[in-house]
Amino acid sequence: MDAKTSRSLLYLDGVSVSFDGFKALNSLSFVVEPGELRAIIGPNGAGKTTMMDIITGKTRPDSGQVFFNGDIDLTRKDEAEIAQLGIGRKFQKPTVFESHTVWDNIELALNRKRGVFATLFYRLTAEDKARIEEILETVRMTARKDDLAANLSHGQKQWLEIGMLLAQEPKLLLVDEPVAGMTDAETAETAILLKEIARTRSVVVVEHDMGFIRDLGVKVTCLAEGSVLAEGSIDFVSSDPKVIENYLGR
Amino acid sequence: MITQMLFSRHEKKILWAVALILLAAALVPLANLLIPEGNFFHVPGHLVPLLGKYLCYALLALALDLVWGYCGILSLGHGAFFALGGYAMGMYLMRQIGDRGVYANPLLPDFMVFLNWSELPWYWYGFNHFAFAALMVLLVPGLLAFVFGWFAFRSRVTGVYLSIITQAMTYALLLAFFRNEMGFGGNNGLTDFKDILGFNVQAGGTRATLFAATAVALALALILSSAIVRSKYGKVLVGVRDAESRTRFLGYRVENMKLFIFTVSAMMAGIAGALYVPQVGIINPGEFAPANSIEVVIWTAVGGRGTLIGPIIGAVLVNFGKSIFTAAFPEFWLFALGALFVATTLFLPRGVVGTVQQHLATRKEQKKADAAERAYRDKAAASAESRLASLEPQAAE
Repeated sequence: MDAKTSRSLLYLDGVSVSFDGFKALNSLSFVVEPGELRAIIGPNGAGKTTMMDIITGKTRPDSGQVFFNGDIDLTRKDEAEIAQLGIGRKFQKPTVFESHTVWDNIELALNRKRGVFATLFYRLTAEDKARIEEILETVRMTARKDDLAANLSHGQKQWLEIGMLLAQEPKLLLVDEPVAGMTDAETAETAILLKEIARTRSVVVVEHDMGFIRDLGVKVTCLAEGSVLAEGSIDFVSSDPKVIENYLGR
Repeated sequence: MITQMLFSRHEKKILWAVALILLAAALVPLANLLIPEGNFFHVPGHLVPLLGKYLCYALLALALDLVWGYCGILSLGHGAFFALGGYAMGMYLMRQIGDRGVYANPLLPDFMVFLNWSELPWYWYGFNHFAFAALMVLLVPGLLAFVFGWFAFRSRVTGVYLSIITQAMTYALLLAFFRNEMGFGGNNGLTDFKDILGFNVQAGGTRATLFAATAVALALALILSSAIVRSKYGKVLVGVRDAESRTRFLGYRVENMKLFIFTVSAMMAGIAGALYVPQVGIINPGEFAPANSIEVVIWTAVGGRGTLIGPIIGAVLVNFGKSIFTAAFPEFWLFALGALFVATTLFLPRGVVGTVQQHLATRKEQKKADAAERAYRDKAAASAESRLASLEPQAAE
């Protein structure tokens, strides 16, 4: 293992995976440093979601290396283990527990023991209560804490899910299209929220909304056909002729 | 820690239901034994085991509700756990017959003598002790559920596929128990019981006590279930039901969560079966019939899944209906049952209790919304006024 692996938080090298002959990822290499906020763009089918599936243990790569926190081999772990290691994932479609209240959603996500008996005999401590309240405040949901998650608007569900990920206290947060279906005001708020979150942990955002990425003002990676096409600032990437051809259109 | 978990955080309606069940546990035997025949309040002797049977079914439906209503595992094989518990109890009752059987063999039950067996199979050892049999009532269904669940949940078999293999499981057991070589009485099953713990199973006092025991078991199971579903673990279960992948990506081991509740539920079903057998006086492979397990699903759906109380009400109501219907128009019962299921699915998808609960909840919600809207309107009116007031001088300019 070289120096690069041990310093980075997430390290993907030469990762390939194919489904029924279709190469979803083609020798993808990608590094995220601790505390970094990174945006990923790319056309449909570029492998953005597959990459997240690989990192979170949902899909196993055919070849290549995936290391977390220096030397933890993620290809040998399953979803629950990877989540407990500190990788949180937000789905494209907001996925919250609809028949639970907003409060319970956060409580379930809180980074506590996850076993059957630990949860069976769990009692809410003052410390946990304060933490939940703090998270509700961060994602601006305090007023709705007793409402069922099913009754939230689309944008609010997205925030609740981000709140749940915060409660999980991950070192790395993978966020799949957080502003899809949001109003402009909500989008701007979400950009602020993500930047706030990225102060204490690494965040990888997959997004189509170029305005939103510009708001974030971070390093951008453009994927196409399962590998990295270009990497750099948004202006650098969006002026790259390959990116224009593959993704942005002429 | 366990007592704390059991005795806290119950909803009021659960406590009411428990109180009612315990009241029945006391009143039905009293009304049967103490109130003279002919009095309006007398419960006739033949009704006691019938009511006891309903409560066994209620316990079975409650067990199914834990896995189906709260964890989304539609088990179509819960009748198997019920029957296994029943067989464990039946084996104890068979051993109690002793030399009073037709062949008067002190060791072997009649059917083994009939098959020319000379010694008791090893798996019948110990069943002459009640405590051992009681342990097996829990262990056998629990172990089957654990092993079955271990493979099914680890391989992430869900939805309709899981339902089909649970159905296959109970069917396989049905075929196995039909075989004489299995040593469980084959086609005829186990019957002609004499006593339980030294009391005659046919006696009025024993039947009244069995009814009371069933009601108490149901009440305890309801308390336990309520404690489970109200705990954080219960919330995780609902999470698994509604968004399994979210639960997994939060770091919960979904397979362990499912395995625990599936095993607990199977043990509960086993207890129901064990209480059922001495009251109806027979256990045979017919209890493994796939249709039985499907009926349990219907009771649960009619009462309202995911409500705990609903399945109890559903099981009692549907079986009460069945008793009346099969006496009056025996050939139409299955049609009626089918129609009931279709009607429930179409018109009462939440079941009886679920629909009432939802109605009450929407009314409460509506009141809250009305109040909020009123407050908002008042505030808006006030702010509009102040804005108008601040606009006026500009208009004058």
